[in-house]
Amino acid sequence: MDKEPVDFVTVMAPTGMLGAGFPEATIERGLRLGADVISVDGGSTDSGPYYLGASQPKTTRAAVARDLRMLLKAAARADIPLIVGSCGTSGTDNGVDWVAGIVADVQAEEGLNLRVARIYSEQDSADLKECLDAGRIHALPPAEELRPETLESCTHIVGVMGHEPIVAAIEAGAQVVLAGRATDTAIAAAVPLMKGMPAGPSWHAAKIIECGGQCTTDPRAGGVLATIDANGFSIEPLATTAACTPNLVAAHMLYETANPFRMREPDGTLDVGDATYTAVDETTVRVEGSRFHVADQHTIKLEGARITGYETMSFTGIRDPHILSAIDDWAALLRTMIKQRVEQTIGLTDDQYAFDVRLYGYNAVLGDLDPAKGAPREVGVMLLVNAPDQATATAVAKIANPLMLHLPTPDMNYLPSLAFATSPAETERGPAYEFVLHHVVDSRTPTDMFRIEFEEATRRD
Amino acid sequence: MTETTPTILADLAHEIRSKNAGPFWVTMELFMRDADGYRIAADESFLNERTVARLYDVDEEGIQIFRIPSLNVVKISFPRPVSQASLFDRDIHSGQHHVPLAVLPVPDN
Repeated sequence: MDKEPVDFVTVMAPTGMLGAGFPEATIERGLRLGADVISVDGGSTDSGPYYLGASQPKTTRAAVARDLRMLLKAAARADIPLIVGSCGTSGTDNGVDWVAGIVADVQAEEGLNLRVARIYSEQDSADLKECLDAGRIHALPPAEELRPETLESCTHIVGVMGHEPIVAAIEAGAQVVLAGRATDTAIAAAVPLMKGMPAGPSWHAAKIIECGGQCTTDPRAGGVLATIDANGFSIEPLATTAACTPNLVAAHMLYETANPFRMREPDGTLDVGDATYTAVDETTVRVEGSRFHVADQHTIKLEGARITGYETMSFTGIRDPHILSAIDDWAALLRTMIKQRVEQTIGLTDDQYAFDVRLYGYNAVLGDLDPAKGAPREVGVMLLVNAPDQATATAVAKIANPLMLHLPTPDMNYLPSLAFATSPAETERGPAYEFVLHHVVDSRTPTDMFRIEFEEATRRD
Repeated sequence: MTETTPTILADLAHEIRSKNAGPFWVTMELFMRDADGYRIAADESFLNERTVARLYDVDEEGIQIFRIPSLNVVKISFPRPVSQASLFDRDIHSGQHHVPLAVLPVPDN
């Protein structure tokens, strides 16, 4: 990269999630408008702990390859870096390698030879236990103090990197950076910060563009382009049919944030309390007044997931108006009968397994919180069982099966037959996971918890 | 809507939404249509920590409410009461949890 000082840095965010797609024309337009870097997020915790716990991507390979093909070709043509964050959804080492494999295939197919850096973010529980013993791990609300056995119970733990490892990779010559778990913002803030742009506008712009076109009037039309300079940043859509408005841009600070004014990054806190949002023209918004307070202690947030048991699911449907008129009584009876039958047949007590009965069409989504009352026209009854092993979970679901087929309400003197949706009725879901870490490590350096490896692009076998 | 139905918050809003803010927090936003609607939603005697605690069966102490007049927005965040994707989590992204808030009847002037 050239080391000459620059007046501004332009970041292209083609989509909110690698694999979600974007029109090719929007990438062309971003290049024409002078993008200095392409940054795209490849992951999130949003869809739950499975993807980290099992180290599996949420996106399908074909969708990721489709997006990467266009972005790699664009980056090569414009000679600008391409940065992918949180590779493979959770940012595990396996997720980074998965994306790297796709990149290698695309490079071979397209005759590209961009230099690729992989930044691994997975953490060793023994190393973290030492950090814990040294008093360097702290809980974030609402988590409680970390116990060593919690670290041991995780199938995978990642550290959430800031911009520093990404900057290090680019300064070392990477044209494509495939980062493990990174803050959603770090991938977009890295190049502006590296080129000397102020931290306030760099991080604020990064937050606004992390979801691609979400801060525009037509989020489905494509991503956005942010230009950061010494005093602030401007933001505009990549699609000519969309517009950024001051309200939409300001409102994006609210999205998926607990606090809409302050956002913690590894090396400090973005503060947008005094930011101003002004329309430059019909599609572009100018933002000024964003600040960044550098923290006394650099910290790396941890994410970890562990297995809670194994799940089996079963689903039946009820249309009988009489049962539906007494659906709460029916569901209560079903719960009682399942417990009785499980104890009678396989001798399990309440603390040895767990199940949930969800009445879809009635109150499955909100349960007791639901403000609506009254009998529905039809109800889907989902039974979800969790047990220490898959065989037990399925045994419980099979014991419940005759009840889910024939259970009457207490006042019926005959057995109804309900509407199973599938045969066999039981679907084994495999291991179920939960997030158990919501803690930060006091970093020794901003980069020492992450490993950067370079490779020249070559065809994979 | 019939005349006997009380006005609910959704009637005064452009959008009311809920979403995860990381795996351990839920956050909700009421985008009110105008300053009048904002004034009602932002009224601390109507929509406050106690109201939210009752609607969502969560502790008052953990609830954060942000009132943002420049956007006509009220934002509410609280720790996720049920562990994400656990056996008893029926809304993995917390995307439908805005409904009790949206249908909350607005008090008469």
